[in-house]
Amino acid sequence: MNINLTLIGQLIAFVAFVAFCMRFVWPPIVSAMAERQQKIADGLAAADRASHDLELAQKRATEDMADAKREAAVIIDAANKRAAALIDEAKVAAVAEADRVKAAAAAEVEQERARAQEQLMSQVSSLALAGAEKVLGSEIDAAKHAELLKSLTADR
Amino acid sequence: MAANGHEQTVSEYIVHHLTNLTYGKLPAGFVRDDGVVVSDAGLWTTAHGGDEIAAMGFNAVHVDSMVWSVGLGIIFCWLFRTVAKKASADTPSGLVNFVEMVVEFVDNTVKDTFHGRNPLIAPLALTIFVWVFLMNLMDLIPVDLVPEGLKLVGIEYQKIVPSTDPNITMGMAIGVFVLMLYYSIKVKGFGFVKELSLNPFNHPLFIPVNLFMEVVGLLAKPFSLGLRLFGNMYAGEMIFILIAALFSVGVMWILPAALLQVGWAIFHILVITLQAFIFMVLTIVYLSMAHEDH
Repeated sequence: MNINLTLIGQLIAFVAFVAFCMRFVWPPIVSAMAERQQKIADGLAAADRASHDLELAQKRATEDMADAKREAAVIIDAANKRAAALIDEAKVAAVAEADRVKAAAAAEVEQERARAQEQLMSQVSSLALAGAEKVLGSEIDAAKHAELLKSLTADR
Repeated sequence: MAANGHEQTVSEYIVHHLTNLTYGKLPAGFVRDDGVVVSDAGLWTTAHGGDEIAAMGFNAVHVDSMVWSVGLGIIFCWLFRTVAKKASADTPSGLVNFVEMVVEFVDNTVKDTFHGRNPLIAPLALTIFVWVFLMNLMDLIPVDLVPEGLKLVGIEYQKIVPSTDPNITMGMAIGVFVLMLYYSIKVKGFGFVKELSLNPFNHPLFIPVNLFMEVVGLLAKPFSLGLRLFGNMYAGEMIFILIAALFSVGVMWILPAALLQVGWAIFHILVITLQAFIFMVLTIVYLSMAHEDH
């Protein structure tokens, strides 16, 4: 065991290496590691946040769906009501139209009947006249007879 | 294994392996092996053999220890500096991953043990851990490989495991001790003196006793720190050398010696890591104690 200047030499080398390590080695490595740790922590936090957001979005989507369904039901209901109302209206209009048509038809029928009656009457009168002419075998004053017949028809 | 013409004995083999390549100053009047007498001014030279090393005393440097120790320190700095330049918040890969693993391990150990705020402790612990580990790792290189190889180019001695040199381990331990004293005084101020003189018996009469006990306890820390590493590594290296010496005993010993070598090397992987870890943890603990104000 020889203790000699090597001791001093090693002491100096020791100080030098520790100083080098303290200045140029330790800080960059440790700060890089801390930075990476921070980055990973941030990433994990972001993932957490994202999954939370997803959950929220899903919840909101479900709510929106329910809302839409409710709204659709309301709309369908209204449409049904409207349709029913339209049908009712149409029915009323149709009935009115039918009544009108019926009334017009009835009036026409009446008119026709009156005309036919009149025609018939005139034919009957001329027939009667012809018959009477035959029966009487004489000349008959047509104008007088017409007047007679007129008063006859008026009596009826 | 023939040296200087005669067959090398086992004991010579072992001593040769345990001798450092030493460059130092021979004192005036020292007679060298070849009969040359050193002049009055002394002589700075490479030592040949243990006698010259002993004569050099403190004025000598273990060149092999220094070169390997500083070289390994430079490898550590270069390796970690490369990673420090590359380090970013992106996905790490390969070497960066490995280095970050080491850094994180050291960082956790420091955080578990040291509760103050001091930007020096963690880099200090990292340097100690990796550097000591690398120095210990040299123990796993076959004992004859480098010394015998360097013999071919004319370098007489070579001890490649710096941590088997007490100068190296004590040099680091003294560095830690200086930091302990510095932070004790900086953090506690006069409280440090109080701590030394009023523990464990808090009575004015006991101050000399306390002071003696505490100072011995304080001084024991760097010694135990440095000598523990030295002792473990020296013993480990010694066993490697003894097993290697078995190869020269006889042919029948080659297989058992090889098995022993492998077994001890595998066990030693644990030892070198553990010793590096212990040196680091004790450094942290001692500095943590230096920071604790009672």
